[in-house]
Amino acid sequence: MSQSVPEPSSLRADRITMAYQDRIIGEDLSVDIADGRFTVIIGPNGCGKSTLLRSLSRLLRTRSGTVYLDGKDIHRSRAQDVAGRLGLLPQTAIAPPGITVFDLARRGRYPHQSILSRWSAQDEAAVHRALAQTEMTELADRPVDELSGGQRQRAWVAMVLAQESSILLLDEPTTFLDVAHQISLLDLFAQLNSDEGRTTVAVLHDINHAARYADDIIVMSHGRIVAHGPPVDVLTPELLAEVFGVEAVVIDDPVNGGPHIITRHRTRIPASVAPTREEAP
Amino acid sequence: MHDPVGATAHATGSRLVLALAGLTAGLVIAIALSLMVGTETVAPSRILAGLSGECDREATALLLHYRLPRTAIAIVVGIALGTAGALMQAYTRNPLADPGILGVNAGAVLGVTIAIATGVSLSVTTLAVPALIGAAFATVAVLLLASTGRGPATPIRMTLAGVALGAVLSGIATAMRLYDPSTFERHRSWAAGSVAGRQLDELTGIALLVLTGAVLALLLLRPLNAVALGDDVAASLGVNTRRTRTLTIIAVTLLVGAATAIAGPISFLGLMVPHICRLLAGNDHTRIVPLSMLVAPLVLVLADTIARVIIPLRETPVGIVTAFVGAPVLIWLVSGRRTNTQ
Ligand SMILES: Nc1ncnc2c1ncn2[C@@H]1O[C@H](COP(=O)(O)OP(=O)(O)O)[C@@H](O)[C@H]1O
Ligand SMILES: [Mg+2]
Repeated sequence: MSQSVPEPSSLRADRITMAYQDRIIGEDLSVDIADGRFTVIIGPNGCGKSTLLRSLSRLLRTRSGTVYLDGKDIHRSRAQDVAGRLGLLPQTAIAPPGITVFDLARRGRYPHQSILSRWSAQDEAAVHRALAQTEMTELADRPVDELSGGQRQRAWVAMVLAQESSILLLDEPTTFLDVAHQISLLDLFAQLNSDEGRTTVAVLHDINHAARYADDIIVMSHGRIVAHGPPVDVLTPELLAEVFGVEAVVIDDPVNGGPHIITRHRTRIPASVAPTREEAP
Repeated sequence: MHDPVGATAHATGSRLVLALAGLTAGLVIAIALSLMVGTETVAPSRILAGLSGECDREATALLLHYRLPRTAIAIVVGIALGTAGALMQAYTRNPLADPGILGVNAGAVLGVTIAIATGVSLSVTTLAVPALIGAAFATVAVLLLASTGRGPATPIRMTLAGVALGAVLSGIATAMRLYDPSTFERHRSWAAGSVAGRQLDELTGIALLVLTGAVLALLLLRPLNAVALGDDVAASLGVNTRRTRTLTIIAVTLLVGAATAIAGPISFLGLMVPHICRLLAGNDHTRIVPLSMLVAPLVLVLADTIARVIIPLRETPVGIVTAFVGAPVLIWLVSGRRTNTQ
């Protein structure tokens, strides 16, 4: 191998085909997740964002192609080793009834424990750090199902942080939260990303949040990646019209810099959610 | 430095140790009572003398051939059913699951009924084989029934499939007994759930099966805790969810098959005990399962002692006592807000 070639990113997909049973979601998809950067995935509902995260995190076996973690086929690595490297917060996570915040965070330590090992000082420290980072220390003894939506989401984030993985995959972590909680959570992810250099991949619905927080944006449509790059390069009126079916003006964000999207009006419903009546034979 | 979180975590840890110690003491007392109480009361001094083999032929005979086996069996069966119930509730994420509700008991009973009817085997140790086969058959059938169509078996579908299959299997077993009076007769004391009238040597094989199941259960605690967060989270934490499920099913089958073979179907214990342990210790399998392993034998030994004295000279099978105690407790649990159903 030549030394001049830039080092491949730790997490990448090489021509993968993603499918559930006999339903193919995406074909021949390749992507490199840039190390240490904050990548945001956007795309219409049902375009395969969650499926991509599941494939990248070894939850879904790809039909063909390979996902590489540190240059190794992710399905040939030990599950617990992968888990120590890569943490996932799924889109719908429901805590068992009655479990406390501390208990939930504690379970994130699973990949660092073995059958016979006891709860160590290191485990304890990791959980404390995770609770402090998510500002959940005070609520540690409260049952998760009695918390507000924002607090509950933070409890789950604490669980993933306790895992101490260097790569974080977050599937719609801000959906269902009010705007203040969305921003405080995104600030937390941005801070973790810049302070600790954790590679972070998040699926978001708000394009302006994507523009504001992402180093890189991946735009998906119909199981394909249609654009991948810094927000300024990716978020063009043409792309927004093509993928989301919205007519938009892109201006300079007067407060934070970077692109800011203002939608004019809807031109058409994206094909992935449009009724297909006309196409029926 | 003041550290609220650490302090609490530590407190829950030491509380658990305290609870375990208290329960162990309770179990020892229950065992002593079980050895003493019955149609003839044996004083503690005579028990000690009898156990050490000194003097008092009569007491020694009563203890060694009657009460000791009976108590030992109640302990082993209690551990088996408590553990199996806790595993079932973890597996199905259903706080009201137990081997009875999921049809495993009925499968074991049908296995034994068939064995009795065909006259294949009648000793307790050999009855374990058809009981295990029946339990395994029921478990696999429930799993298959619940996962027909798309997606994995959800807790609700498993419970429905278990109740339905359990009814069918029980029906078949009942029909077999009604058509053949001698099967009915031989089956009668066994089916009512009894820990009486067995000898210690019959217990060895059963105890080994239960031990295997219990050790397996203890190894599964942390994976089961992760699986409780949902399959995706568990898998992302590195848990092999399928292997965890399979091993859980194997453990339950071993435990229920073995317990049913020696004591007949004992209802409610596997449902009630883990549920109470969850209320006491929180929704954490690393606590619920070990606690159930102590509470269930405690309850069963006490129930069996009560069964001996409740109607003097006519000993009530312990299965009936647990049902009488268990049903009201179950109703109390379901009626209040004490049930953390999802
Ligand atoms: N477990 C599954 N089995 C079958 N199809 C699925 C499953 N999960 C998702 N899908 C389908 O795959 C497509 C992509 O889903 P998903 O990746 O969840 O989209 P997104 O996260 O972008 O909204 C959708 O059409 C969805 O219906
Ligand atoms: Mg999704």
